[in-house]
Amino acid sequence: MSDEALKELGDYISGALGAAVVKTEVAYGELMVTLTREGALRGIQFLRDDSTTRCEMLADIAGVDYPSRPERFEVVYNLLSVKHNHRIRVKVTTDEDTPVPSVVSLYPVAGWFEREAWDLYGIFFADNPDLRRILTDYGFEGHPLRKDFPLTGYVELRYDEEQKRVVYEPVTLRQDFRTFDFLSPWEGMTDVQLPGDEKAVIPLGAPTPAAKR
Amino acid sequence: MATTNVATQTGAGIATAGQPGEVQIKPLTMNFGPQHPAAHGVLRLVMEMDGEIVERADPHIGLLHRGTEKLIEYKTYTQATPYFDRLDYVSPMSMEHTWVLSVEKLLGITPPKRGQYIRVLYAELTRVLNHLLNLTTFALDVGAITPALWGFEEREKLMEFYERVSGARMHANYFRPGGVNLDLPAGLADDIFEYTERFPKFYSDLENLLSENRVFKQRTVDIGVVSAADALAWGFSGPMLRGSNVAWDLRKAQPYDSYEEFDFDIPVGLTGDCYARYLVRMEEMKQSISIMRQALDKLSKTPGPVKVNDRKVSPPSRGEMKRSMESLIHHFKLYTEGYHVPAGETYTATESPKGELGVYLVSDGTNRPYRCKIRPTGFSHLQAMDFMSKGHMLADAVAIIGSMDIVFGEIDR
Repeated sequence: MSDEALKELGDYISGALGAAVVKTEVAYGELMVTLTREGALRGIQFLRDDSTTRCEMLADIAGVDYPSRPERFEVVYNLLSVKHNHRIRVKVTTDEDTPVPSVVSLYPVAGWFEREAWDLYGIFFADNPDLRRILTDYGFEGHPLRKDFPLTGYVELRYDEEQKRVVYEPVTLRQDFRTFDFLSPWEGMTDVQLPGDEKAVIPLGAPTPAAKR
Repeated sequence: MATTNVATQTGAGIATAGQPGEVQIKPLTMNFGPQHPAAHGVLRLVMEMDGEIVERADPHIGLLHRGTEKLIEYKTYTQATPYFDRLDYVSPMSMEHTWVLSVEKLLGITPPKRGQYIRVLYAELTRVLNHLLNLTTFALDVGAITPALWGFEEREKLMEFYERVSGARMHANYFRPGGVNLDLPAGLADDIFEYTERFPKFYSDLENLLSENRVFKQRTVDIGVVSAADALAWGFSGPMLRGSNVAWDLRKAQPYDSYEEFDFDIPVGLTGDCYARYLVRMEEMKQSISIMRQALDKLSKTPGPVKVNDRKVSPPSRGEMKRSMESLIHHFKLYTEGYHVPAGETYTATESPKGELGVYLVSDGTNRPYRCKIRPTGFSHLQAMDFMSKGHMLADAVAIIGSMDIVFGEIDR
């Protein structure tokens, strides 16, 4: 679909849904509609049932974490219309405590997608009948895809020969976890203390390597 | 009141009922997998059984969860490609395909025609590779061992083509944003063409073994029937959706990489049962072989580069690096810092052999993806396991799993 057609479709949706639509946007040949949390269920139902949009299929639900925003999570629904051959992306924002209305009643496929977003991000979906963890281990703590969750995690497991079972232990790294900020290859090395550099003069006012760590 | 004594196994949950001579059986909870050979990897299916009838199936997944999406956030765009090979390890290049297309979309680049044709060629080769594994192990699940032995031999021949083009049998890392890594080596196109000539013989052998096989049909016809409306509501895609009589294929509907130039048909199943899905996959293999031939034909007429000639995205050749300082710098920059992708977000999907594989990619303008959500195909199929197997016998649940074509690399990510 051309960008103009998508724009028209976006205008049609915001006209029909009124205050529930925060904004519509067309980028890279894709239409994106941001809905308010309260209007999300009604809005998605409209997108499913209206003859112009007619999105029969919910392709995906993705959570995205922006820790600096007041409402840190975005829930992104990717809708697909097989009849009209278009995709609509719907966004709803939320934070750790505020539930998002579940769309299981509209699309049964949402059940697991919402479980996944709950598991990995801790986004709470109201009225999901079965909001258990799905991808992480039984008894896992935390929400691993949040930006403040370390890549290494907190625990590691091994088989204990004496206890004859798998045990969890705090992660111990055999070497330092290396993450380089390659935005510039030279500046990327700023917070690395090279051996022999300990006595190097640190400019006045600059954070010391120890303080940064 | 007289009670009937029934010899019970421990935990079998047989209780005596009120009436003399009547035995009431409590639903039995049973674990299927995660080490069951018919579970196709690490599926743990908790089933509530009424005798041999499945009342509820609750798949427990995540036993192969490796945190791919999290890892990709810590890697540059180039370094993220190999993770995609390891998603659906039965069809690696199709996984890469979605990824490179999504990155290309944000970068605003289009690979040269030759690169596109090579990607089509290998995407279709991968489809044959995938369907061969699925159909033959599906037959194995319902009791036929020969197709699996024959199919794995053919797969080995196809994986040789993988090896010749990328150096690896499975985890190819061959598709790159902007095209493919290297051009086809000399003689490979002829050998693939020769293979497409030999394939129909194998195909008819396989068809003779299965399509009219009485046992195979008894195990699959009318098993796991899904209506078209259900298939859409449960987010089915690929052969699962087409088996339920929905003519939907992203290669036709939303063509990418010059698929619009190719002439092929979309097979559709009418009945929505396991047998229809088998037939759809069989026909798709035939179509894929035809597309491969067309791609080879187009390749022979399209010389030229296989990746974009933009040194800020695609690395220079080895020979160039030996002569030109600037090439050396480009190479160094690309393999340390990588390239910066403009801020933006996209949902890009391709028709992978198993269905719609999507990547929701959010870039914040740096050299690493901010968020990369992979939309797996088998995830939504497996979720439907409960309603598909309800009321079926336990052995039919195995047939349903087989016809779903699930691979845990992509479901668990």
